[in-house]
Amino acid sequence: MAIVETGSVPATAEDVAGPKSTRSTWTRLKPTVLALIVPLLLLAFWQVATTQHWTRLIPTPYAVAECMVDFAVGGIFDDAYSATLLTHLLASMSRVYGGFALAALFALPIGLMIGRMPWARMLLDPFLQVMRPIPVTAWLPLSMILFGLGAKSAFALVCLGAFYPILLNTVFGVRAVDPKLFEAASMLGCSGNAQFYKVVLPAAVPSIFTGLRLGLGLAWFVIVVGEMTGVPEGLGAVIMDGRTLSRTELVICGMIVIGLAGYLSDRVVVATGNRLLRWSPNHHG
Amino acid sequence: MAESATPIVEIKSVSKIFQLQDQTIHALSDAHLAISKGEFVCLIGASGCGKSTLLRIIAGFEQPSAGEALMWGRPIAGPDPTRGMVFQDYALFPWLNVRANIGFGPAARGLGGAEVKGIVDKFIDLVGLGKFANAYPHQLSGGMKQRVAIARVLANDAEVVLMDEPFGALDAMTRERLQDELLEIWQRTKLTVVFVTHSVEEAIFLANRVVVMTPGPGRIESDNALDLPRPRDVASPEFNAIRRVLSAKLHSHHGKKAA
Repeated sequence: MAIVETGSVPATAEDVAGPKSTRSTWTRLKPTVLALIVPLLLLAFWQVATTQHWTRLIPTPYAVAECMVDFAVGGIFDDAYSATLLTHLLASMSRVYGGFALAALFALPIGLMIGRMPWARMLLDPFLQVMRPIPVTAWLPLSMILFGLGAKSAFALVCLGAFYPILLNTVFGVRAVDPKLFEAASMLGCSGNAQFYKVVLPAAVPSIFTGLRLGLGLAWFVIVVGEMTGVPEGLGAVIMDGRTLSRTELVICGMIVIGLAGYLSDRVVVATGNRLLRWSPNHHG
Repeated sequence: MAESATPIVEIKSVSKIFQLQDQTIHALSDAHLAISKGEFVCLIGASGCGKSTLLRIIAGFEQPSAGEALMWGRPIAGPDPTRGMVFQDYALFPWLNVRANIGFGPAARGLGGAEVKGIVDKFIDLVGLGKFANAYPHQLSGGMKQRVAIARVLANDAEVVLMDEPFGALDAMTRERLQDELLEIWQRTKLTVVFVTHSVEEAIFLANRVVVMTPGPGRIESDNALDLPRPRDVASPEFNAIRRVLSAKLHSHHGKKAA
């Protein structure tokens, strides 16, 4: 038997010739363009629906835009809400981040304990699983009794909203560590409690991070409920006032600000995660 | 049998029984094995023959149900750095880069930064991963990951390297390269290697002793010393003669087991 070597394969390095620059411009813009299509269609539909008087209760996009400018910088209506956006935004942010930080402070250690210690799991897991389906809204009356009307109550409700995703993802992260890694660590001379810091914690970081991201998202999500507790300032309070005063354009402004603030806050978290979790192949949001 | 006084690893009438619900599995039955320092021992056999169980007992991950596993004459109580394990699926720490993975053991022993760095540099060089020192495991190919896994065990001063089908998941070309590199490291360092494989060819290429194991219950069928000169040629008649003999031993249990 002989092996006949045939001629070498011709090189096929024909580079993608042609308008390379236009290609890359389109590639760069494509995500933005695609992302804008649905909001713009919705905006157009809203415009048509209001100018054609399909509804009389919803303000036109222009009215909302006008309200937003007044809300942000003032000079149009000169009422109680003119140029107060920053005040309300800061008030809400302090509750969102404060409540979130408090939630993380409780959820992380409890999650680590439930994940690592069987007795902690047996002690706490059934109780927390029953508490978890109770919506934050349902806690509102109790919260006002326990913490009174005002900021403390808002704080507590936001904290409650952010608590469970952080807890559950921490438990999952700690329990899902590949058992091989414990064996690898122990044959390399790292055993006992040292494994907690050298193996469990780093292995659980991606999952904990996902929990923190979801928790912060939920903190923004429940801020309106949190601010139903009679606080004077905050985006939730503005929305509740807008509803009472039948100023729907103010309600929509509040909604838009919450959406954007929540989005930007999430982008910061994701960017941080991408930096910290460079090692993790499935963590590039 | 080896002639030196105390074997580095000795397995004395070791049995291992696993209880799975109401099923009893005899993973290993009355195994005897004495390994001298510097030997390259391959354990081969079909799945269920207990070769991985035996390796895990030597590592200290499992305790024997009966009998004794000894290192330098003292019972193996648990995993420790003198016996390093190289897993088939690497088991690298994904959050540590190549450098930190290799330095994991030395750092766990409490060595200082400069000392760890010196050790890491030496072993990164040994396995030829200088360019990838700062890469994370998910950025490496299977062959590179296994090089890191070998380096991290060597960096930890392991006297015995236990390898559980380490090249099983690699493509043929990478496997051959790593086999050559492993032999070179073994010859240079005079390590003791216990290597589990299901490939007769791999066993004959690497080992100076091939232990054939058969399943149901897992036991040692035969212990074969190989004195083929190195480097070994897998295509030579001598190599193939040994391959025929070992294959026959490997399949000897088929007759006994009325299927």
